[in-house]
Amino acid sequence: MLDKIGIAKRIAQELRDGWYVNLGIGIPTLVANYIPEGIQVEFQSENGILGMGPFPFEGEEDPDLINAGKQTVTLKKGACLFDSATSFAMIRGQHVQLTVLGAMEISDQGDIANWKIPGKMVKGMGGAMDLVASAENIIVAMMHTNKAGESKLLRKCTLPLTGVGCVKKVVTELAVMDITHEGFHLLERAPGVSVEQIIRSTEGRLIVHGDIPEMRI
Amino acid sequence: MNKVVSDADEAIKDIENGMTLMVGGFGLCGIPENCIAALVRKKINNLVCISNNAGVDDFGLGLLLQNRQIRKMISSYVGENDEFERQMLSGELEVDLIPQGSLAERCRAGGAGIPAFFTPAGYGTEIAEGKEVRIFNGKPHILEMALTADFALVKAWKGDRFGNLIYKGTARNFNPMMAMAGKITIAEVEELVEPGELDPNYIHTPGIFVQRIFQGKNYEKRIEQRTVRSKS
Repeated sequence: MLDKIGIAKRIAQELRDGWYVNLGIGIPTLVANYIPEGIQVEFQSENGILGMGPFPFEGEEDPDLINAGKQTVTLKKGACLFDSATSFAMIRGQHVQLTVLGAMEISDQGDIANWKIPGKMVKGMGGAMDLVASAENIIVAMMHTNKAGESKLLRKCTLPLTGVGCVKKVVTELAVMDITHEGFHLLERAPGVSVEQIIRSTEGRLIVHGDIPEMRI
Repeated sequence: MNKVVSDADEAIKDIENGMTLMVGGFGLCGIPENCIAALVRKKINNLVCISNNAGVDDFGLGLLLQNRQIRKMISSYVGENDEFERQMLSGELEVDLIPQGSLAERCRAGGAGIPAFFTPAGYGTEIAEGKEVRIFNGKPHILEMALTADFALVKAWKGDRFGNLIYKGTARNFNPMMAMAGKITIAEVEELVEPGELDPNYIHTPGIFVQRIFQGKNYEKRIEQRTVRSKS
């Protein structure tokens, strides 16, 4: 089974040289720490940065330089800054090659819910609806089940949707899956996790073809 | 041409109860601190505020929320504010949540004379309810209306007497679009300079969009999430 860092490391293997990438809040942010050797990617932050760098050293924080999670960050050499309309032109206009974000639920048709629990939690969608509606390549980083052990990979989402039919791939603590017309297509198992365990933890349609390899982190 | 006013109190003197305001900033970054403080002092209420976020409990727009000066918020993300969440869940505060890119574009459209536009963002979700849907290039899009405001309150790094503005870092965010969409736009700047001192090649907001400008004071620039790495 993977921890959050393991999930981030596995998603980092999906990065390709030359890509512009938007990372959501939470596990997706960690992906930036595990870029494979020999490739260069640029991170887009929807509040107006292309070429976002790591956190600043203590004492060098700049209140005028934050990421979309409102954390203090730095700029890499060659970075640029822009307004929110330009930022979402990059996103809607499909100039960003990969979006990684978290989810509360996803369905086997690629629907995603991550912005609202009616009556309980309403933080808002932020940029998530724009991101999922337009990105060609969306990877979701999430936990396979909730604290009660119930699946969050469903036949149909129960929470208000963020987007429909948009998620292409999901990486959880248990597995890597593509989302196809037939449902979740199991590609890899996490170390020490059995196919049976993944089947038990997945409520949505799960396609298992032949031997499923263990992922290499 | 002189758009300079003495301070925030003078700049906002004709903002009245029930008006619609655009307020720049992303989180607490690039918010018009002086104008918000002046609105608190003026005690006007029933405001409709268009702003990406709603501040935190004791800073930014959170200060207006605590005094119940806001009737309705139009925002994309309102986490990190307990008082906001309480007022919203109890029904005291009307809230219109819209996708961040749509919010930015609706402000831009409002300032650019475009009454509405189609976007894929939000199709198939509850925010699309009641909105016209059209298929372009095989993909469904929803109709979003432009936004304008009685006043837009923006914050820039430097500005001149003509209202030309330059922002710093990620404090730019929504400020340029909101500056365009306000019937009256008030810019507060950290440094007010004479015309000619700003390089025309690097102006972000042309002065035509700004009606009033003043040099703000005592900027707190609070950091919401201080994250650092160690030197070792």
